[in-house]
Amino acid sequence: MLQIKNLQAGIEDKPILKGIDLSVNAGEVHAIMGPNGSGKSTLASVLAGRDGFDVTGGKALYNGNDLLDLAPEERAREGVFLAFQYPVEIPGVNSTYFLRSAVNAVRTHRGEEELDAMNFLKAVKVKMKELGLGEDFLKRPVNAGFSGGEKKRNEILQMTMLDPRLAILDETDSGLDIDALRIVADGVNRLRRDDNAQVVITHYQRLLDYIVPDFVHVLNDGCIIKSGDKSLALELEEKGYDWLIKEAA
Amino acid sequence: MRADTDTIDEFVASDYKYGFVTDIESESIKPGLGEETVRFISAKKNEPEWLLEWRLKALRCWEKLECPTWPHVDYPPVDFQDISYYSAPKKKGDGPKSLDEVDPKLLETYEKLGVPLHERARLAGVAVDAVFDSESIGTTFKEDLAKAGVIFCSISEAVQEYPELVKKHLGTVVPYTDNFYATLNSAVFSDGSFVYIPKGTRCPMELSTYFRINAANTGQFERTLIIAEEGSHVSYLEGCTAPMRDENQLHAAVVELIALDNAEIKYSTVQNWYPGDEQGRGGIYNFVTKRGLCKTSAKISWTQVETGSAITWKYPSVILKGDNSTGEFYSVALTNNMQQADTGTKMVHLGKNTRSTIVSKGISAGRGQNSYRGLVQVGKKATNARNFSQCDSLLIGDQCGAHTFPYIEAKNPSANIEHEATTSKIGEDQIFYCNQRGLETQDAVNMIVNGFCKEVFRELPMEFAMEAQKLLDVSLEGSVG
Repeated sequence: MLQIKNLQAGIEDKPILKGIDLSVNAGEVHAIMGPNGSGKSTLASVLAGRDGFDVTGGKALYNGNDLLDLAPEERAREGVFLAFQYPVEIPGVNSTYFLRSAVNAVRTHRGEEELDAMNFLKAVKVKMKELGLGEDFLKRPVNAGFSGGEKKRNEILQMTMLDPRLAILDETDSGLDIDALRIVADGVNRLRRDDNAQVVITHYQRLLDYIVPDFVHVLNDGCIIKSGDKSLALELEEKGYDWLIKEAA
Repeated sequence: MRADTDTIDEFVASDYKYGFVTDIESESIKPGLGEETVRFISAKKNEPEWLLEWRLKALRCWEKLECPTWPHVDYPPVDFQDISYYSAPKKKGDGPKSLDEVDPKLLETYEKLGVPLHERARLAGVAVDAVFDSESIGTTFKEDLAKAGVIFCSISEAVQEYPELVKKHLGTVVPYTDNFYATLNSAVFSDGSFVYIPKGTRCPMELSTYFRINAANTGQFERTLIIAEEGSHVSYLEGCTAPMRDENQLHAAVVELIALDNAEIKYSTVQNWYPGDEQGRGGIYNFVTKRGLCKTSAKISWTQVETGSAITWKYPSVILKGDNSTGEFYSVALTNNMQQADTGTKMVHLGKNTRSTIVSKGISAGRGQNSYRGLVQVGKKATNARNFSQCDSLLIGDQCGAHTFPYIEAKNPSANIEHEATTSKIGEDQIFYCNQRGLETQDAVNMIVNGFCKEVFRELPMEFAMEAQKLLDVSLEGSVG
């Protein structure tokens, strides 16, 4: 589904990603861990097409096509979803309207019929209940005045409604208490199927107790320095990153 | 499905879609302004002596006034001798007695503008007065309104048919000495609408006037007078468009509203005069004086959506003379490309327990300059006056400007005045967030702008709220690269 080959990128002249290789197949969950400043969020931003990052080398193929060649909204419509580390507030724009526009943009792209207001509401209310979101949530402006936990649950709600092929979760666990964490993880797990994949970026192994990954990669200074299965995450929890960084050096 | 396609077409066509010219024979006077001009207009309209005198007094007063320079707008001086002050479609004989006799080309023009006048296609529940250059060409639903005792006609007709009403009220809210442009208007006003709602009557339908400038090198000087007798209620809407021309054209209107005890007037404007091109060539200079007078427990509410004009200069105001009266001002002003707007309101609290609300939303894109200028004045005797003002500015891009000039003068210590102001910019992170959810950048901008204006749009009559939203979308076309 996603083949990243020797990907190099940075901001202005400062290189951040220094040659990432990563292969994600349908049906897999990959966790990307690493210390602060290792390039985890940059990788997510580059894959989603955020402005301000220059790709200086390598490539990223998505279902065989050049992902980096597509505009951000085209990537989204092709099924790439980024759950933001810091979801953006859009005052004045009603959450229902926003989400329905997004869902219909993706549906239209897929050649599916647009959801009318009634059917959309029906569908979204089921998902909201699963995520423990109250109905007043839909009447509020997008993320405006939301608590940290509400914002993250909103990301998962959007992800659920948009049903992406490739979901990238950028530190979705940060700032969540244990109950919220479980709700968010359940949301991700419900989405797991043979025809989609998740890339979970996290700082802590805690999240991986709930979203069990097939592969764990450790990112340091813009490179993946070690890959393994879920036991690697447990090892990191116990020993920290330092031993790995030393080993790689 | 069809409606959807229409919307898409409108998105694609970023040009000003009302920019066509109607090829019609019209009668215009030569450019220039003097006593002769005023006498000509007055004679053309067969006006009584008192009105001619009033116009001449205004002219003499105007000749001593200076063009105001305090607005935050920049334009070369207007040569008032280079403008034609009267232009009207040529009439055959006495002119049309009813809409059936109106030149089909004119009817077609309004049809193209989306305001069909003939009976089978009229907008349901909305009576329309159509003003073309200096003349009203007809008013729909007149008979239905007459049954309710409502008078809705052109001001020229009102001068002939209801001279006492006009004489009693004209210039009582905006005197001919008021300001440079209002004084000019008093001297040369040509047409406009007249509304009279009798005591205790709720006007059975929306009233609206559609102003169209067609002729080149002319100014439009309309005058509107709305009188709501005690306990009456009326909702009125005006729309404005003009052809695309390289020269600037002047539009200097005066609107006077009179709400007697317990009456309510809701006045909405969707202003879409030609804004000029991207380089700032052409466009309408919109210099307008609008003011309402509230008697005891009366209410006047102004709602405006200003997307057109090269320059907008207007401050719809309310004089809260009666105790317990209420004034409201809801405004969306958008400036794109080289457009400039200096707009706001004046709320003058004179009576006790008077209340006013101001909600202003300014949007600047391109190299547009948008200023809010507002005055809240509380007189000595106005105990317990309350005002709430909220002025929000939204910037799109980094070459535009937003400015706020709030003035507060409170002479009564019991006044309660609140002012809130925010300036925000549509952030790249907001756009990216929308993009990442599959939305196009232009759609994202429209969504954010419409969200920003929501509080004002919901004050518009329902049919026009949709219209205003679409208009805003079209006006912002191409504002993000």
